[in-house]
Amino acid sequence: MLRSILKPFQVVSARVRSMNYVTRRILGMFPTLFFISIIVFVIIDLPPGDIVTSRLDRMEAQGVEASPEYVRNLRARYDLDKPLYLQYLFWIGKFVTGDLGYSFFYSKPVNELVWERLGYTLLITVAALFFTWIVALPFGIYSAVKQYSIGDYFITVVALVGLATPNFLLALLVMYFSSEYFGVSIGGLFSVEYRDEVWSLDKVMDMLFRLWIPASVVGMGGTAVTMRLLRANLLDELNKPYVVTARAKGVKPLKLILKYPLRIAINPFISTVGLLLPTLISGEAIVSVVLNLPTTGRMLLDALLAQDMYLAGSFLMLLAILTVVGMLISDLILAWSDPRIRYE
Amino acid sequence: MSDVAQATIAPESPAQQALLTPSQLAWKRFKRHRLALISGLFLVILYLITGFAEFFAPYEKTTRNIKAIYAPPMSIDFFDTEGNFQFRPFTYGYTLTIDEVTWARKYIEDPKQKFDFYFFSRGESYEFWNLFKADFHFFVVKDEDGRLGYFHLLGTDQLGRDVLSRVLYGGRVSLSIGLIGIGLTLFLGVLLGGFAGYIGGFVDRVVQRIIEVIQSLPTLPLWMSLTAALPAHWSSIRVYFGVTLILSFFGWTALARQVRGRFLALRDEDFIVAARLIGGGNTRVIFKHMMPNFMSHTITTATLAVPGMILGETALSFLGIGLRPPIVSWGVLMKEAQNYQVIVMTPWILFPGLFVVLAVMAYNLLGDGLRDAADPHNIGGLK
Repeated sequence: MLRSILKPFQVVSARVRSMNYVTRRILGMFPTLFFISIIVFVIIDLPPGDIVTSRLDRMEAQGVEASPEYVRNLRARYDLDKPLYLQYLFWIGKFVTGDLGYSFFYSKPVNELVWERLGYTLLITVAALFFTWIVALPFGIYSAVKQYSIGDYFITVVALVGLATPNFLLALLVMYFSSEYFGVSIGGLFSVEYRDEVWSLDKVMDMLFRLWIPASVVGMGGTAVTMRLLRANLLDELNKPYVVTARAKGVKPLKLILKYPLRIAINPFISTVGLLLPTLISGEAIVSVVLNLPTTGRMLLDALLAQDMYLAGSFLMLLAILTVVGMLISDLILAWSDPRIRYE
Repeated sequence: MSDVAQATIAPESPAQQALLTPSQLAWKRFKRHRLALISGLFLVILYLITGFAEFFAPYEKTTRNIKAIYAPPMSIDFFDTEGNFQFRPFTYGYTLTIDEVTWARKYIEDPKQKFDFYFFSRGESYEFWNLFKADFHFFVVKDEDGRLGYFHLLGTDQLGRDVLSRVLYGGRVSLSIGLIGIGLTLFLGVLLGGFAGYIGGFVDRVVQRIIEVIQSLPTLPLWMSLTAALPAHWSSIRVYFGVTLILSFFGWTALARQVRGRFLALRDEDFIVAARLIGGGNTRVIFKHMMPNFMSHTITTATLAVPGMILGETALSFLGIGLRPPIVSWGVLMKEAQNYQVIVMTPWILFPGLFVVLAVMAYNLLGDGLRDAADPHNIGGLK
């Protein structure tokens, strides 16, 4: 009796608590981002010299003598004459209002340079994540259900090798085999005929078709990890009494696995997204250099080598934000799917 | 506790079982992982061969063979072209032909140049560990007149340098980065994790937050920015330590979490409280009573961080912002394979990559085995 009266209140309080988790989690993101911004600022400020000294070097090489006044003006223009903490405040202040500064290397506002590339990075990362899931799910289930079979050993070996292979080596190998045995060059995200075209349905289809190569290369390591996790979790579940009971009652084998133990074992698919994201974005950075993709990797590398601090800093910061937001989303999905977490 | 152990281990006789020390138990557990055992052995051999690369490598890392530029791998033969068997292995030298249409170089085995293998023999001189001069090699090849020939098991690169020799010298650098890195990682992880777990409160919150921040950063872009900041005029050895430092600087977080957890769990255990009550100071309690409880497990967990460092070094050097020539490492060697036209023409310059894969795989397997072996709670199934 009492219980039925209390029930609506319990539901409401559960909702409040779960709301609390969401708000807590979202608010907790900001201090993290604040620390990250400090780290990023320190890193881009680390190299000896700054953009003014490198510009002066260039002028000197051309035989132009810079007056001290000009140097002072230049420093003032980029706030380089101010103390470090002020420089940081200026930088982060502009950053949050959407002004990412100016790229000295490309002589363009950073805003014009980064967004398209960041979009492709996001696209490839998400595609890699889907690749991870699509491959890890069936093979993970198979190697758990048929434990110690030839297929299981084969999958295990492939996973071990995949985990140990550097992304860029895999990219090189894929390139080598595709050009040697299939005669297609797989560098870039578009076929030659679409590279300079405006967007059309054909171009999108072409890109989606080519997307799977970088996506699978980037996702390889993560796939191996997820597959092993799924296998281990599923093996733990398969011998539990509820599975035995269901089997004894005559539930069809496939339906049995998909309906009961898999639902518990599949948790790492969501929970590891947060851990996978930094790895995927890292992998994407180097694979894009090898496969010549129009994403952040190559430009970040060039920006770092040229000490183009606004560009490099923006890339670092945006990639970090991408990761942190991705982790937030995966945490929220996990909380939604697993009540134990949001009631903690 | 010992009752439980005896019951589950089911020894031949309880008295005999009681004689097993924890390290003997750990060894027993480790031996069950046959793959881990093989991997460990493989790594020991790899470290020995690369450590004594001067002796095992047929050539110095910079020795050039102008007669064989971009030469494909050579074979070890026992039967000559007429089918005669010879117990001493030998190889055929190359003659270079250039295709008149495409200008492509083509190396053809030349039966007139026959080089026999001589093991533990004198060959090219080298400076062993920069300490003394020697010319003793694991093997050398000589022609019939006793003059030194050439043999490139894994082919040569664009300057005619022996890929095998360079892989061995490079392995010394790449593999040692992993080992030094693990030392730094352990130091940072135990120090910060220990502080967080032992002191708790505010310190704990700060360390936890730092860990969270570092773990949510994409490592490679961060490594790239830091190594790109290493001054170009630095000497090889400083760059080497700089890169190692950077790699381990972001690898300690998982370890620190683990150590923190152990400290938290142990802090209120009865025997720790007792040790403190009879007047044990912080240092004594930590080093004498707490650390022995989890250090073996922590150290073995740290081996799982080594592959990440080897892969990190390889990736950075591959991009040209990690180690740079004249240092030879697996990553530096892979950089020469960046151009894929080169790979199509001379795929054997990818061999350093094979060594990376093997070493990382061995470390992964070894780490798994060690972790299970060092876990004192893992006592089931021992025979």
